[in-house]
Amino acid sequence: MALVLNEEQRALRDAAHDFLASEAPVEALRKLRDDRDPLGYAPGLWQQMAQMGWASIILPESYGGLDFGFQGLGVVLEETGRTLAASPLFASAVVGASAVLLGGSEAQKEALLPAIAAGELTLALALEESNHHRPTRIATTAVASADSFILNGDKCFVLDGHSADKLLVVARSAGEQDDSEGLSLFLVDRQASGVTCTRTHLMDSRNAASLSLDNVSVAAADVIGEVGNAWPVLEQVLDRGRVAIAAEMMGCALECFERTVAYLKEREQFGALIGSFQALQHRASHMQAELELARSVIMQALSVVDDSPEELPRMASLAKAQLNELVKLVSNEAVQMHGGIGVTDELEIGLFLKRARVTMQIFGDSGFHKDRYATLCGY
Amino acid sequence: MEDLEQFRLEVRQWLEANCPESQRQPMPPEEQYWGGRRGKFASEDARLWFERMRDKGWVAPEWPTEYGGGGLSPQQGKILAEEMKALRCRKPIFGLGLWMLGPALLEYGNEEQKQRHLRAIVNGEARWCQGYSEPGSGSDLASLQCKAEDKGDHFLVNGSKIWTTKADQCDWIFCLVRTDPDAKKQEGISFLLIDMDDPGISTTPIELISGESEFCQTFFDNVKVPKENLVGELNQGWSVAKALLVHERKLMSEIGSDSPRQVLVPNAAAREYAEFVDGRLADPELRRRLAEYDMRMQAIGLTHFRTFEEKVAGQRSAAPLIMKYAGTEAEKQKSELLLAIMGSRGLGWEGKEFSEAEIDTVRNWAMSYAMTIAGGTSEIQLNVIAKNVLQLPQ
Ligand SMILES: Cc1cc2nc3c(=O)[nH]c(=O)nc-3n(C[C@H](O)[C@H](O)[C@H](O)COP(=O)(O)OP(=O)(O)OC[C@H]3O[C@@H](n4cnc5c(N)ncnc54)[C@H](O)[C@@H]3O)c2cc1C
Repeated sequence: MALVLNEEQRALRDAAHDFLASEAPVEALRKLRDDRDPLGYAPGLWQQMAQMGWASIILPESYGGLDFGFQGLGVVLEETGRTLAASPLFASAVVGASAVLLGGSEAQKEALLPAIAAGELTLALALEESNHHRPTRIATTAVASADSFILNGDKCFVLDGHSADKLLVVARSAGEQDDSEGLSLFLVDRQASGVTCTRTHLMDSRNAASLSLDNVSVAAADVIGEVGNAWPVLEQVLDRGRVAIAAEMMGCALECFERTVAYLKEREQFGALIGSFQALQHRASHMQAELELARSVIMQALSVVDDSPEELPRMASLAKAQLNELVKLVSNEAVQMHGGIGVTDELEIGLFLKRARVTMQIFGDSGFHKDRYATLCGY
Repeated sequence: MEDLEQFRLEVRQWLEANCPESQRQPMPPEEQYWGGRRGKFASEDARLWFERMRDKGWVAPEWPTEYGGGGLSPQQGKILAEEMKALRCRKPIFGLGLWMLGPALLEYGNEEQKQRHLRAIVNGEARWCQGYSEPGSGSDLASLQCKAEDKGDHFLVNGSKIWTTKADQCDWIFCLVRTDPDAKKQEGISFLLIDMDDPGISTTPIELISGESEFCQTFFDNVKVPKENLVGELNQGWSVAKALLVHERKLMSEIGSDSPRQVLVPNAAAREYAEFVDGRLADPELRRRLAEYDMRMQAIGLTHFRTFEEKVAGQRSAAPLIMKYAGTEAEKQKSELLLAIMGSRGLGWEGKEFSEAEIDTVRNWAMSYAMTIAGGTSEIQLNVIAKNVLQLPQ
């Protein structure tokens, strides 16, 4: 267990902080939005991130990785949460890379991971089929034919899907709709024939896509892991994703909170700084308490990924549920405490509010994770 | 690291060899040993266990050995606590001297006071109570009026203190008194140690909604207190008082993990009192609340660990300052959840119709409301965070 950062992690955090402040501040996201940028992120920025090793933080050195573990990843993601930096870091270097690392054959790992690590190849997970996170409710079919599979179905909320080079498609080769058995993971070229990938425009101005698969043929060599038995790997990949997105959410909440506290010390009404009003002080202090609790949960969740994966399912649900509630609380209060200016597009607080809402849906809302936590606790 | 693992093994062996079997069972509150002139051991085993721990220095494991402590490092102290918990060893002695006054004396007391009072605490000879609050001074503690006049070789104390927990059982009281009525309120306060047997001291009990009357109002009528009982400088008692409050709040933030009563635990209580269908708690509302409570406790537990690790690493964060608030509010959440789980069996107050655990749980529910008031109310905790952590304008 490591609930404090070590020297190396602190240095990484500081470097990430400085880099993002100059290269990807919140204005950068606003500009992507206002310019209706077709890619939705700056490829130059992504290359720089990859050069600093961010795309390979969690990968072993043997695949060109930095091998800093999730605890290293966490500090970087937290900083990207602070500036709402748009990049395929989460979708490709965390979720995609984890799927290949945990489920892939040696040949697949050697073919894919170094390219992911270098930022040359991006992946996206095509999982969801409905408006709520239901990872086993998969109707997309995979039918074996000779040495390939034919995929049919529709996917939504595919994060960074419209720009990914390859898609990791979850499809069913056996079983009923809600079974965890019978699922397989397929690596599909986004440009493959039969794949229609449409960018969706979400409130956070970041990138997601919907996907339709119409008789898409995938070679047997492009199945990641065992046919019909993808669930154990997929669940672990999702848990890693939950912890990682929670780390980003921590940064989002902290930034939003710090900006709000600064505003309380600067805005005057009734001849006094509004931060002197106890009604606001108590709400701010309550948020500080929640931030501290969330901080401990995040630190533990990140170290569990690295050191004790057997505890991961419960820890991941705790972390995601806790951070869902935290970003909701903090972003809502931030808007309220800014008054009228808080609901203007000009103020960046609104961008945090919107990003908070999107992250709350990624890989499970609070209801999903409380339910799962209860089940894992045996009730 | 290796040394600590070695230490853990030694501790385990020592505890196994020295802690009597009877002292490894859950402890009903009436069997706790609080020391002092009126302190009684519930059994010979309890005495033996206390004496062995005392001789080992582990009554106050992290105090220096010259005052009867164990001289352990924080890491070693944590290991001892963990091993005691794992073997379910009872705490050999309880008391505000050990938890609150002792740490404050280590910081602010003079050598003579440390020799005298720390040893008496560790040896179980002196039981202490806290004389901070007054009828007119609760949250606004610094407005306190109980006065101590300088009479040359002694102070003459007049006034009263309220909520003095178990004052009628105690040998000594640590008191905040006003020694300079003209100074700004925080600057005219001193910290005095007063012998409860001194002439002029009397106590009357106060009954609480939990049915207990552990609390007293304590009156001082021309009580003579020797000058040597002043801790720290004259009129500088507020610093001592605040240092002690840090220990008090830390203690209270851990209250839930260490309740002396036989209260039920929500998860287990749900199995006994609520309906399960196919291995699943049937009432979705209860199930959600239970998960929320368990999550909260896990987050609080992790934050205790983090605070500890930060201390060892020499790092500081705001975590310690939020724990009294978070911990005691979670205790209320728990006690309300237990009542909901138990339904009408969670309403019993006394009598044979209800089990001891049920009644204790109900009484503990009532007591949980005292925890967000005692030691500085939740509102005061939020004020402190606003001021000291967020540095909001006052
Ligand atoms: C079980 C128990 C044991 C105790 N044991 C001891 C003991 O051993 N020794 C001892 O000295 N004391 C003891 N106390 C006293 C305790 O410290 C006080 O009760 C506490 O500080 C609150 O003071 P009060 O009761 O006068 O409430 P008040 O200060 O009158 O508070 C009333 C309400 O006003 C709110 N309030 C007050 N000021 C503010 C403010 N500035 N901003 C916002 N809200 C405010 C409070 O939060 C509370 O909700 C004990 C109390 C309890 C309940």
